[in-house]
Amino acid sequence: MKIEVTVNGEHQSYDVEPRMLLVHFLRDVVGLTGTHVGCETSLCGACSVMLNGDAVKSCTVLAVQANGAEITTIEGLAQNGELHPIQEGFWECHGLQCGFCTPGMIIAAHQLLERNPKPSEADIRRGIEGNLCRCTGYQHIVDAVQYASKKMTT
Amino acid sequence: MTPFDYHAPKTLRSAMRLVQAFGDDAKVLAGGHSLIPSMKLRLAAPSVVIDLSGVAGLKRVTAGNETISIGALATHYAVESHRLLPSKCSLLPETAAEIGDAQVRNRGTVGGSIAHADPAADWPATMLALDAQFDIAGPDGERAVAASDFFVDLFITDLQPGEILTQIRIAVPAECSGGAYVKMRQSASGFALAGVAAQVTLDDAGNCASVAVGVTGVAPAAYRAHAVEDALVGQGIDAVADAAAHATDGVEEFQEDHHASGDYRAHLARVFTQRALSQAIDRAA
Amino acid sequence: MPVSKSVGARIKRREDPRLIQGLAHYVDDIKLPNLLHVAILRSPYAHARINGINTDAAQNLSGVKSVVTGDDVKDVIGGIPCAATDPEGFPGIKVPHHPVLATGKVRFVGEPVAAVAATDAYIAQDALDLIEVDYEPLDAINSAEAAFADGAPVIHEDWDDNMAFTWSIAGGDVDAAFAEADHVVSQRIDHQRLVPNPMETRGVVAQYLPGKDQLNLWSSTQIPHLLRTQISVMLSMAENHVRVIAPEVGGGFGCKLNVYAEEALLGHMAKYLGQPVKWIEGRRENFLHTIHGRDQTGDVELAVKDDGTILGLNYTVTADVGAYYQLLTPAIPTLTGLMLCGSYTFKNVQMNLKAAFTNKMATDAYRGAGRPEATYLIERMIDVVAHDLDLDPLAVRRKNFIGKDAFPYETGTALAYDSGDYTAALDKALKIADYEALREQQAELREEGRYLGIGFSTYVEICGMGPSAAMPAGGWESSTVRVDPTGKVTVLTGVSPHGQGQETTFAQLIADGLGVDIDDIRIIHGDTDAVQYGIGTFGSRATAVGGTAMVHAMGKVKDKVVDIAAHLLESNPQDIVIEDGKYCVQGAPESGLTLGEIAMVAHVGVELPEGTEPGLAESHFFEPPNFTYPFGTHIAVVEVDADTGEVEIERYIAVDDCGNIINPLIVEGQVHGGIAQGVGQALYEEAIYDESGQMITGSFMDYALPKAHNFPRFELANTVTPSPVNPMGVKGVGEAGTIGSTPAIANAVIDALKPFGVRHIDLPLRPEKLWKLMQET
Repeated sequence: MKIEVTVNGEHQSYDVEPRMLLVHFLRDVVGLTGTHVGCETSLCGACSVMLNGDAVKSCTVLAVQANGAEITTIEGLAQNGELHPIQEGFWECHGLQCGFCTPGMIIAAHQLLERNPKPSEADIRRGIEGNLCRCTGYQHIVDAVQYASKKMTT
Repeated sequence: MTPFDYHAPKTLRSAMRLVQAFGDDAKVLAGGHSLIPSMKLRLAAPSVVIDLSGVAGLKRVTAGNETISIGALATHYAVESHRLLPSKCSLLPETAAEIGDAQVRNRGTVGGSIAHADPAADWPATMLALDAQFDIAGPDGERAVAASDFFVDLFITDLQPGEILTQIRIAVPAECSGGAYVKMRQSASGFALAGVAAQVTLDDAGNCASVAVGVTGVAPAAYRAHAVEDALVGQGIDAVADAAAHATDGVEEFQEDHHASGDYRAHLARVFTQRALSQAIDRAA
Repeated sequence: MPVSKSVGARIKRREDPRLIQGLAHYVDDIKLPNLLHVAILRSPYAHARINGINTDAAQNLSGVKSVVTGDDVKDVIGGIPCAATDPEGFPGIKVPHHPVLATGKVRFVGEPVAAVAATDAYIAQDALDLIEVDYEPLDAINSAEAAFADGAPVIHEDWDDNMAFTWSIAGGDVDAAFAEADHVVSQRIDHQRLVPNPMETRGVVAQYLPGKDQLNLWSSTQIPHLLRTQISVMLSMAENHVRVIAPEVGGGFGCKLNVYAEEALLGHMAKYLGQPVKWIEGRRENFLHTIHGRDQTGDVELAVKDDGTILGLNYTVTADVGAYYQLLTPAIPTLTGLMLCGSYTFKNVQMNLKAAFTNKMATDAYRGAGRPEATYLIERMIDVVAHDLDLDPLAVRRKNFIGKDAFPYETGTALAYDSGDYTAALDKALKIADYEALREQQAELREEGRYLGIGFSTYVEICGMGPSAAMPAGGWESSTVRVDPTGKVTVLTGVSPHGQGQETTFAQLIADGLGVDIDDIRIIHGDTDAVQYGIGTFGSRATAVGGTAMVHAMGKVKDKVVDIAAHLLESNPQDIVIEDGKYCVQGAPESGLTLGEIAMVAHVGVELPEGTEPGLAESHFFEPPNFTYPFGTHIAVVEVDADTGEVEIERYIAVDDCGNIINPLIVEGQVHGGIAQGVGQALYEEAIYDESGQMITGSFMDYALPKAHNFPRFELANTVTPSPVNPMGVKGVGEAGTIGSTPAIANAVIDALKPFGVRHIDLPLRPEKLWKLMQET
């Protein structure tokens, strides 16, 4: 099936099998491997991307469902060589260890801050509940989101 | 995932035609958060997938003076974030916010969840407590079914082959009404080990003029706890504890797995019924 | 070692820019021309005979390149190795052949039966559905108890029972201790089976270069060098023709400290097919066929005096090790035995272990690897003693602590604890917690029918693994430090970090040691073609052992740099110092030389002191004289909901002592993550197999990893008791949080339920269990 998508601002068209998952499309067809696959059950959140402005788990979306959509992946967050404040927060606050969950975690944080620019710690912890991290115990991730919130609202 | 043909109808009419043409070979795709995982695990292997997400008019959530309408394809987040719902019917956004996680709520749909009828899903409890009406399109035209007649058994609803759930209608609760949804999350999946939705309207004396309680996670299908309701109508908050004790009256079979026994789920149903009713009355007052 | 600007500073990690921008390359991100995708057909039965396999339909599917079965590879791929099978250590050990693909019989759900290589990962999956296997199901064994039962089916038919091995350790005089005791306090304790679950599952890419007879193997592993040795043996290839690369690795927690079927199988397929192959483990596969942790059940007895003095400990335990051994399976419970005395002075100790084959995945090293069992056991039992004797659990701890002047301290299990001050860590934690106020709050809440609990864990762990004499495959570590002609420093380390941040901490050590900018340093790891042989990252060893190797190599480089500088400055080496990034005669930095200038001289080779070799690179292989013994006190404060049994962690205080700290930010991160995993064990995680041997917790839908909202903000602090084992005085911190937190949470929950007469509860502390106990009283 033919689909047209805009990924990180670039308009592209592809021919894909209906059963291809969006995450595999992004990784294997578009070639953006920053988005990861961590489970098959829509629970770990490693595959999170922005689809028409909503954070979604791209392992639970068919590529054909994204026809006509605008997609932002982790690769699309930094602009003109400058890190996005959330990326900066993760770096400054040691919000990652192995880094595998990080792209999805950053996307989840991105959605959270769009909807709630000054979240409480509890808001942050609930806001990232769809993203599992096995390394950090989450505290430095919370710090990272708070860092970004502060930077983005002042 | 096994190969399939994909159709994305733009109108309900063409969706209906596809559903009827492919029959059992087809699965209807709404938000995909139940269907796609089961296809990935090869538990479902339809040869045709009919994606409703492009069907015009099924996503809208409107809150009028008398009726709240939720298109079957509205996402959980659309309900969670609707501007008017917190004042018109807070039970709806409160329930929505308890589902899955932010990404799941962005994509998963109210209608998809209801039609799937997972015994541990959140919406059925709330739909029962709000006496929702489900509009269903079928080969012989439209019909409406009350939530209390809809959830039949484990993953079984009143929805017949060839039918599509199109809309959920809920009467805006009267003045002096309040609702609450209380659940315990299964620690891995976030589904309800037990979840109780309560909606009450108080009379001038502060007693319950009407009570509706929906329970999910406990039995093979979500159910109305009529015994609780009967015990509480005409009574005030002091009667909640006694009434809640009836939360599983009439339940013959309990859900049971390594996460929670039937006894424990029944216990939680009683505890959460009490908590949900107390909160609901509090909010109504 | 001079500590100046870098070491000890909260420096943000140098590995992060690639990770936060999606620019890192994990195994699945590696693309090669003509890459084939491999899918593995796995046994749906826990125990069954294979009477035949028909692969015709799969072979004929368009896009399928090859289907291989056990019969195809049994003569060309050796068995999966186990490094801990010495019958002297494990009397009567049975070592079954562990094939990469099952032949004749399958012995656990998830065991590989066949592999498909296809042009597309989806097609490879489709082909699995077309393979017909004629299974004859047999009765399955899902516990050690069932394995030892009369008439139990035998899993490995070369023998007549399911006893895998035995192991024991004894110190002091246990009989005398129990004879002298006023009380014998006993309890059966279960350590449930856990699934490590790094967020990146395993994965392998293999490529064979026929012109060089070279196999390139990318694997998500913690031990590239050990893997290379084992793969060369399994595939009968010369070791120096095998290159293993651990690219970016998305977490390990011990489960990637192993050699797996797929690593050898993919290596073989790449060579045999003449095309590169990739296999990426699915999460369900990971649950079934990546090693599990823990799974011991034992009876522990403590010999105790009236005043709470512990005289001795006796532990009789069975371990359910699964159907086969993986790399270190038998060794794991031996670490439990070594650490049974914990932070306490008793020396009369005995452990007798029986290990059973069952129809499950093998157990092996999962974060803590045998030591969490010991710590949980002794820390839990201290509280049971306090309960039975009506003593304060803190008083029992203090009464039995090894004093700070007793170090080095020889334990009843013949370990030599390097250094410690257990009281100091406890006192500091109590102060942070405001302990007296907490107890008052607890009493007040109990009046209201609310159940607050306060739990302690005053742990000690064994880290910095370890002296080679105590390890199955070498306990040393290696490093090469090179200064390039332009003064850039390249470090080759034998450790293989996968989240621990050594690209930063090692650079901090070099920056200070050689007086160079941290941005001029590069740490290379994980490529056996680039790096000298090393052991890898596990057992909280990378910095304590690998860092020490690097510091020694750096010292050799520095000696040479100083010699050259002295020669060029017409001075004496002992008068050369580093000032403002220059090697100079003290007080004269203006005439000094930068490292780059000296390195250039070393490489040009004409101005060197007589007899000095050109070049500027040195290696060191460090053999640690001992393990290290980090310790600390963790305090958990929880509230148990009296109506539902739900546990809410109100506060969590951790005072850890991991010796000197190179980067506090990274140490905090390690402790946070460790605590979360230990809490997972205490409250949520459990791998459950049903009676037919099916794993009913085989996905994230049913196996709960802790989530962000399960935790409060952790309150961390340190005491610093340097280790004498290495020149940096570091001890290691990778496992402290995990080892410390499980007993703290368990003790807190059980403390909360004290009014209900609860003495012990096995983990995980699910709400229903707690609710039932509250109902019973």
